[in-house]
Amino acid sequence: MTIKNQIKKSFLVSLWFMFLTFPILVIQVNTVENVIKWRWLNMIGVGIGSFFLSILWRYMLEKRPEKGKQTKKYQLFFLNNILHEKKIFFPVIILLSLFVLCFPYIFSMYQTNIMISALIYVMMGLGLNIVIGLAGLLDLGYVAFFAVGAYSYALLNYHYGLIFWIALPLGGILALIFGVILGYPVLRLRGDYLAIVTLGFGEIIRLVLENWNDFSFGPSGISNIPKPCFLGIDLSLQGTTKYLFYIIVGMVALTIFVTNRLQNSRIGRAWIALKDDEIACQAMGINKGKTKLRAFGLGAMWAGMGGVIFAAKTTFINPASFTIWESVIILCTVVLGGMGSITGVVLGALLLILLPEYLRAFSEFRMIIFGAVLVLMMVFRPGGIIKNVRRIYKFDPILEKNSVKNEVNS
Amino acid sequence: MDFDFLTYLFFGGLTRGSIYALIALGYTMVYGIVELINFAHGEIYMIGAFTGLIISSVLTMLGLPILAIVVLSALTAIIYSCAYGYTMEKIAYKPLRDSNAPRLSALISAIGMSLFLQNYVLLAQTSDFLPFPNFIPDFEFWEPYAHILTSPELVILITTVIVMICLTILIKFTKIGKAMRATSQDKVMAVLMGVNINRVISITFIVGSATAAIGGILIACHIGQINFYMGFTAGIKAFVAAVLGGIGSIPGAVLGSFVLGLTESFFAGYFSSDYEDVFAFLFLVLILIFRPSGILGRAETKKV
Repeated sequence: MTIKNQIKKSFLVSLWFMFLTFPILVIQVNTVENVIKWRWLNMIGVGIGSFFLSILWRYMLEKRPEKGKQTKKYQLFFLNNILHEKKIFFPVIILLSLFVLCFPYIFSMYQTNIMISALIYVMMGLGLNIVIGLAGLLDLGYVAFFAVGAYSYALLNYHYGLIFWIALPLGGILALIFGVILGYPVLRLRGDYLAIVTLGFGEIIRLVLENWNDFSFGPSGISNIPKPCFLGIDLSLQGTTKYLFYIIVGMVALTIFVTNRLQNSRIGRAWIALKDDEIACQAMGINKGKTKLRAFGLGAMWAGMGGVIFAAKTTFINPASFTIWESVIILCTVVLGGMGSITGVVLGALLLILLPEYLRAFSEFRMIIFGAVLVLMMVFRPGGIIKNVRRIYKFDPILEKNSVKNEVNS
Repeated sequence: MDFDFLTYLFFGGLTRGSIYALIALGYTMVYGIVELINFAHGEIYMIGAFTGLIISSVLTMLGLPILAIVVLSALTAIIYSCAYGYTMEKIAYKPLRDSNAPRLSALISAIGMSLFLQNYVLLAQTSDFLPFPNFIPDFEFWEPYAHILTSPELVILITTVIVMICLTILIKFTKIGKAMRATSQDKVMAVLMGVNINRVISITFIVGSATAAIGGILIACHIGQINFYMGFTAGIKAFVAAVLGGIGSIPGAVLGSFVLGLTESFFAGYFSSDYEDVFAFLFLVLILIFRPSGILGRAETKKV
């Protein structure tokens, strides 16, 4: 396309967007005082912005690799290469763990607190990664299991005085049971129906928590949830924060370890195979229902444990923390990082949660950016920032022939 | 259980069902053609209501007669909703279709679009509830029956019926309707027969958005207030209705909407209105488990 055509096209696009955003962006009505505010500046901004963005959009669309013809540059990302090189991998891991261990001593308590919430999201993202990235089941009610975990700690503590360390596995198991109960009937459904049913389930849990006052104390929530204590000793505020930080770091490490081992296990391969072709999988003797149910249940378990830690961190929970948009944020971290890739999900979650924390000025734009990220990632880089590299059996015909010859000769 | 209360609930349910039907049509048409759950459809409905409110307020301040305000603002709302539907398809779905992306990607993209549009309205307008002027006057001739069915409800019912009739004519008897049916049956074959698929899909999105906008304005008039979040729950419920009737089938969507509207209304009336939404979602889960093809849908066997 010539430059003239490009400019013409972009000009038309910007005109279109100026028309499109006119009533909502430009006019603001105050119905109480009957005043209209005209915000023409927005219109100019939209016009100029969409002009340049449309050029970029077309350029990116053209550069998009076609399916089937995956270029090497896209498939092997720089970071992946590093991680697969053992000489670099181990020092990096050691340095990283040293940094993480010293984190609460280097940075302030405020920073540590932010890091704890980010790490909770990392853990949830990794859990959801099992469900979406490995097994290919779109779960939009993931936050329901998070709520189950958080409420089970809060309620068990309130009624029976259970401590954190007992509630942690219990919350996980309860969430797992919920996951299996929900998963059993719905996993027969096709992908997009599953998304809606899980979404519905998530909303049911939230609405029940909001309305069943006798059980969950309704919208006012539960406060004064104790923070975890260390061997029965109550720590100072600073001490608990540090302690909680190490707990969540440990949990994240455990999650990474487990998902990594799962990915390369028999069941992990069955998940990945199921994602690609269900019929072929069943022909190979994989029990579809059972395998999916395992993914669903395991994913739910991580969410449950994440919920227990969340309740312990905030010491106050109410149903408002468990809306569908929380599920979407977790989904966003998985999609941004790269479905199925552990490093990707960790990076994605840290980016998505930490960036808005530090860019406070843009915090109101957080959700709109999340929405845009979901769309843009799907359009331009469906694999995420760090694409999951599939293990492929490489067959080299020349080598094979030689070895056959050698065998014949000998 | 007196009779008046029963009829009150019945007509309340019908009105509710009509609104669901107007939204569910868009879901079911899009699903029938591109097999995609257009998550952002509820947002189009919300944008229709917002545009209607903004334009009508501007016109009211200009001092136009009420009839002109109603017609102009409704028209603008419909046009803008169509424009949003069209643009949304071009940005979020068409590139995915071109690259043959898996269905999961399209769904994630749709969720992203929904989140984007919701927050776009939230940031550009307000997070508060806005009062919506009631455009539908109380008709004098309807006075004797007003205790059962109010005038706005009557208008909603009649409008829904008119929209349904128009839509049936569009799909059954026009050339573009024929192209739509062909595309939904077999895309490759439709292309070979000279159907411009991209155009058909765009038009489907536009028609669906138009019905959603009509629903948006009507419900806003009826309830009297709108906010940026109204599209989400309504959208999900309309989706439940579409699935209930058998997704992809237009009469199914209408039937499903009325069934959902009525059951919800009776449930809220006789049991508890706190759990009304829970009930709708539970309904969805049960339908999908026991009859995923819906009331009017055909069960399809997947061939290898």
